[in-house]
Amino acid sequence: MTSAYIPHAAGYVDNGGPKIVTSRFAHEDSFTFERFLATGGYVGLRAALAMAPEDVHAQVREATLLGRGGAGFPAGVKWGFCPEGVWPRYLVVNGDESEPGTYKDRLLMERDPHQLIEGCLIACYALGLSQCFLYVRGEMALAQERIAVALNEAYTAGYVGCNVLGTDFSVDITLHWGAGAYIVGEETALIESLEGNRGMPRLKPPYFPAAIGLYGQPTIVNNVETLANVPWIMANGAASYRKMGSESSPGTRLFAVSGHVKRPGVYEVEQGVTTFRDLFYGETYCQGIRDGHELKMFIPGGGSSPWFFTEHLDLPLEAKEVGAAGSMLGSGAIIVMDETTDAVKACHRMVRFFARESCGKCSPCREGTSWEEKILARILAGHGRPSDIDLLLDVGDNISPGPYPVAAHAAEGLDAVPFPPRQTTICPLGPSSVAPITSTIRRFRHEFESRITRSDGIPVSAANTANSPVGAGS
Amino acid sequence: MSWFDAANERTAREILSHYPRPKSAVIPLLHLAQEQEGWVTPQAMSEIAAMTGTTAAEVLGTGSFYEMFKFHPVGKYIVNICTNISCQLLGGEDLLNHAESTLDVRAGGTTDDGLFTVEDVECVAACTEAPCFTVNYRYFHRANAETFDEVVADIRAGRSPLERGAAGDIGELPEHGTLGRIRQHVPDDRRAGVVPPEEVNGAPAWMPEPVVEEAL
Repeated sequence: MTSAYIPHAAGYVDNGGPKIVTSRFAHEDSFTFERFLATGGYVGLRAALAMAPEDVHAQVREATLLGRGGAGFPAGVKWGFCPEGVWPRYLVVNGDESEPGTYKDRLLMERDPHQLIEGCLIACYALGLSQCFLYVRGEMALAQERIAVALNEAYTAGYVGCNVLGTDFSVDITLHWGAGAYIVGEETALIESLEGNRGMPRLKPPYFPAAIGLYGQPTIVNNVETLANVPWIMANGAASYRKMGSESSPGTRLFAVSGHVKRPGVYEVEQGVTTFRDLFYGETYCQGIRDGHELKMFIPGGGSSPWFFTEHLDLPLEAKEVGAAGSMLGSGAIIVMDETTDAVKACHRMVRFFARESCGKCSPCREGTSWEEKILARILAGHGRPSDIDLLLDVGDNISPGPYPVAAHAAEGLDAVPFPPRQTTICPLGPSSVAPITSTIRRFRHEFESRITRSDGIPVSAANTANSPVGAGS
Repeated sequence: MSWFDAANERTAREILSHYPRPKSAVIPLLHLAQEQEGWVTPQAMSEIAAMTGTTAAEVLGTGSFYEMFKFHPVGKYIVNICTNISCQLLGGEDLLNHAESTLDVRAGGTTDDGLFTVEDVECVAACTEAPCFTVNYRYFHRANAETFDEVVADIRAGRSPLERGAAGDIGELPEHGTLGRIRQHVPDDRRAGVVPPEEVNGAPAWMPEPVVEEAL
């Protein structure tokens, strides 16, 4: 047997930069209670408990901690949406990481579960949340085990449960397992799932479950990485946090870079000051595209984001700038594709994902994503029709009307359409399926056309029929 | 007499005690039923309905939304091969083809000996370690046909393949249905207290009373 046992999953790569959420990853036993306590564990919680709850909230607001789940909404602002005087209030932790390309929350849960628990405790203290539900994706068995062990230890040691550290702060943290559904990552679907229902998003408004959430009560839903930042902010102060990163996106973020790079990995990166080029080609990061190949395109923020191309390499990893350029940083998932990648095939694979994961609640998404997938499948199989490219765009327009966010196309003199897209659906899943389609058709239309029409003008489908024994003579 | 065995019956009661409303326990209890039987039987759904104050139809309605619940017998080992974009770029589809031809089963099917069920799945959050597959939700990173064959041979020979995954999992590979082998357990004297929301009156103890501003 060649593969040596390691006590944690691979993926994280230390790039020598500042560390907030991965500070313990250098230790092989980073997930243990002993290591946690020996490396500043619960210092943030103690600092918080020494302050008034509203001052803790103020620290997080001042830090401008942006949500790490996808939408990038400031956590401190979201925390402020709980209506006055309505009790009880709940915290739901979104650990249902399943956006294609995203690999960070699983690492945080497996390798530093106590840090996440500490973040949950601080949030509950600040906002008067009396119970926290830690919703971990069903498929992540090891993360479930590590969190269960960590919770059992933290309860016994008096950090969770009644009268935390002898104060009058009491909170239960409940570990909850999901059961396999991408859409449950949408916060209102997550709440439906937690109530024991099918995980379908709720109609908006209210736009934030902070108003009406779990059991109809005020509920804060935060991503795992977002909460993992909170202990550091409380231990070191909002001002120190703001010293890292850029003005509008302070701190660091985890980026998972996968695909055709030499050293794929999860990197903790200072926001705003690092560019995509640094990340793909830097010696301390991915070290370039795999040998003998060159970059064709990349997905900057998970499967739901519009795709970028070589001219976007110098954009900083910063939410605002990436948004203005026509895409999003989303969940910090970057998928790099070199020139060997078939744009039609890659597009089909992304769309197939959305077609499979559509919950079926809104017709434009339920019907539209399946039709997009069917049309792309027939183009791939050589049965495409000349009208199929326009048809794809038209189906997409029914889910997301008007100009869809796209990256600038310098060669055609076309400007970027900024993120986010408009939608005819309750949640962004359907509109997300349009991202790969508009991105690839706008840039690689010839790849679609060459699969539909041969260079001699004969439709590929007709040529197929002529050569096929079944179609001959019909 | 509960459908759950004695140990699982106790686990089920503890699960129920964690939720302010019993229906929230439907998904965890479906997992528990699957842990006991390997799949979700009609009897299990009736039992869960009785425990959560719902109907068997509601339990099925919820459960059938989620991919991990199986309403028919499946293999002892569910092999999930990711073919989503990051894995596709590095050979996830080849790995799936290899698995299908080696085990002589199409994705979604179970081998004749009832040992393996192969599934073509969406992103499992191991994208930088692509291509990747899981067996009973335990990860195998940077896999290829050879890794796959070794894992299958291990299982057929009664050995645990977990350390081949290089994903931090050790020990025995549990049969399908068991997820986390360690569960949350809260000692009674440490509980903050879970009550239905309608029984909560006013702010929690540590929250200061809101300052009521004098009307001018």
